[in-house]
Amino acid sequence: MRLEPKPAPSLGVLFLFPLAAVATTLVLTSILVLAAGASPLSVFYLVARGAAGSQFALLETLTRATPLIFTGLAIAVAFRAKLWNIGAEAQLYMGGVMTVVLGTGALPLPAPILIPILMIAAMLAGALMLLGPAVLKTRFGVDEVVTTLLLNFIVLLFVSMLLEGVLKDPMGLGWPQSQKIIAEAQLPRLIQGKRLHYGFVIAIVAAILVWVITKKTLLGYEMRAVGHNAEGARFVGIPVNRILMKTALLSGGLAALAGFSEVSGLKGNLTLDLSPGYGYTGIVVAMLAMLNPLGVVASAIFVAGIFVGADAMSRAAKVPSYIADVMVATSLLTMVVAILLTRFRIRWK
Amino acid sequence: MTSNPVLRLSGIAKRFGPLRANDGISFELKRGEVIALLGENGAGKTTLMNILFGHYVADEGTVEAFGKQLPPGDPRAALDAGIGMVHQHFTLADNMTVQENIALGTESLWRLKLDRTAARRRITQLSSDFGLAVDPAATVAALSVGERQRVEILKALYRDARILILDEPTAVLTPAETDALFRTLKLLVAKGLSIIFISHKLNEVMAVSDRVLVLRAGKLVGERDTKTTDRKELAALMVGQEVKPAEVRPVRLGAPLLTLERVSTAPHNGAGLDDVSLTLTAGEITGLAGVSGNGQAALAALIAGTRRPTGGRISIAGNDVSDWSPRAALSHGIARIPEDRHAVGTIGDMSVTENVIAERYGSPRFSRMGFLNWTAARRFAEKIIADYDVKCPSPEARIRLLSGGNMQKLILGRALDPDPAVILASQPTRGLDVGAVAYVHRMLLAARDRGAAVLLISEDLEEVLALSDRILVMSQGRLSTPSSRGERSIRELGELMAGHSGENSDHAA
Repeated sequence: MRLEPKPAPSLGVLFLFPLAAVATTLVLTSILVLAAGASPLSVFYLVARGAAGSQFALLETLTRATPLIFTGLAIAVAFRAKLWNIGAEAQLYMGGVMTVVLGTGALPLPAPILIPILMIAAMLAGALMLLGPAVLKTRFGVDEVVTTLLLNFIVLLFVSMLLEGVLKDPMGLGWPQSQKIIAEAQLPRLIQGKRLHYGFVIAIVAAILVWVITKKTLLGYEMRAVGHNAEGARFVGIPVNRILMKTALLSGGLAALAGFSEVSGLKGNLTLDLSPGYGYTGIVVAMLAMLNPLGVVASAIFVAGIFVGADAMSRAAKVPSYIADVMVATSLLTMVVAILLTRFRIRWK
Repeated sequence: MTSNPVLRLSGIAKRFGPLRANDGISFELKRGEVIALLGENGAGKTTLMNILFGHYVADEGTVEAFGKQLPPGDPRAALDAGIGMVHQHFTLADNMTVQENIALGTESLWRLKLDRTAARRRITQLSSDFGLAVDPAATVAALSVGERQRVEILKALYRDARILILDEPTAVLTPAETDALFRTLKLLVAKGLSIIFISHKLNEVMAVSDRVLVLRAGKLVGERDTKTTDRKELAALMVGQEVKPAEVRPVRLGAPLLTLERVSTAPHNGAGLDDVSLTLTAGEITGLAGVSGNGQAALAALIAGTRRPTGGRISIAGNDVSDWSPRAALSHGIARIPEDRHAVGTIGDMSVTENVIAERYGSPRFSRMGFLNWTAARRFAEKIIADYDVKCPSPEARIRLLSGGNMQKLILGRALDPDPAVILASQPTRGLDVGAVAYVHRMLLAARDRGAAVLLISEDLEEVLALSDRILVMSQGRLSTPSSRGERSIRELGELMAGHSGENSDHAA
């Protein structure tokens, strides 16, 4: 078996590949569903109904998609420039930390002023988290996959320390959780009485802004050039290291917004289970979207739908909801293969 | 020669998309024969050899070695059948010794102890038999290019190769090293080996082969006995038309535009510069000859702005420059044509438009307040495509899809459109077909007639001789004294290329 390069695929084919990847995922996961003693068709139907079959289901899916849009954008921006940021989880938590540090009464300001301040502070914290690995990479050639990945564990322990210490809620009955943020620091709900909040709107706006940056601005052009061919970019005078720094700041900032939005829009305080791995799932989201910022919105909703739908399905069909993790992981693998197939043809000898 | 052929290719065809890289090629190789495979770059020579060696699978046709058909796409089978290949780009592990490199892959995985003494004895025997002097204990990283090539040949012989394929073996050698290689080939043939020698250099083909096969655009267009043909006929076969040399007008010298004063640099793809002084003058093409790896890459990178000097001064139009970078070079009016158009000159996965604006995307012409002006960019791309006669599907096409010649025309357009004062052309015609070569030469001569100072760095001595008003030779990071057009013979230049110390001048000692 060997790979041969092939010319660029048409736009239509590019749309087909994610769909084919999803279809393959469904076929592969049916095997596990069958092993669990259920019918794949009914299980997939239950997942789809649980994800989008009612207003409640749909709103829940969009709520779950919100942090994934932010982390997906963070990954898409970084991967586009070939900056392998695996640390969105850490950046997310730092965004959450900043939100509770400044949002629990330290800044007694009205909401229209306080919320932008919290967003900026969260983005700065996330950006700084990625700045270190970016400096190590550009200065000393340290692999950012290793540094960003390991920072996830360091930051989680750091947050744990804060929640057991200075940030611990005195009224929290001993649980490792922070105080609730004040009312002015909360993002309002989109629909009264439902969980979907304005974080979703901010996520959509962020996706559009990132799209504009990548397609229309000098920075976007520079980031793509650096990602495609750093040596060539350097030759034509693009300051490669500086662009990688800017990419790191943007990526870290976007991931931190996920933490801000979860605390400010949904949870109200910071706990150690703020994110069930949104930072890692963001990688799947970005890859499924083929790193397109607008595609990230669609793929985040798709991935969130699988998680939400699988919860509902497992209650009805007695298939463990872990099938959702398997589906998401499988879809990442099939998508990686699909992306490979857009560029290469496989020859069986 | 009546013996059975050792190798027979029948009806080999290979397509890459719309391109027919090989189209119905058949030939036979006899025992003790040297076949030269002649053709321009892109004629399909390398593709054919890759099929023969099992790196590619042919769409049609078969390969037979010693009467047995080779399974397609299996390099192992080709090796086992006694076919050895010495690639243009060496495939040696730099951090291992010569002996380790040669024995690599021949030892059984299950044996606990390597039989080093026997291996060493055999390598020494082979190298003395065939004039391939090299120390088995030396680390490959410490070897010269010529020595590395000898290691590659030894590697093939160690594996009992009966058929040796050499892909452009002389591109990296000095004239003297080339002669030594040819002596080695004669010894190999005398022992009954058969050789396929791939080249586009006519004089070498005439010197070394028994028979010449000429490839053009994927087809076998001619087969001649070397004794009964001449360079002129082969050139005509190879190109398919008469080639006229570029017309050179008399020089009108202007002011010195770029001056390097006692500049040194760190090593870069070979030697670094060692106390080099050079002045580029308006209206003159300065040609730089030399064996690759002797500091040309460092000089090109320095002038292009991608490397800074470690000592000495750069001045442009009489003014010292202190802050040196690609952007500084561009803003001082230096046009750059890089040696490697795929890895450095273009960004393959970006569009033609995105590539032609790459050196000036931030200028007011193409941008406003941080946003790119795609309309202006596209218009510029269309202008370059029209002015430089680039064949491409559209300005939106990924530049990777263009042929080397069209890619080079775009790079030329990008570099020459702002009417630069200084032009750095590094291997500007490497890998191009004859038409594109002539085009590049015309553009460089036209720029010189307009009053630009041109520095032409090339491994192709004939190109340097044809274009340069003044020739310098680079060896081990140092420059020779200049000679004007026609002053030094190829032989004299070759001696300079080999270096005064003469330490790597002869490998059949």
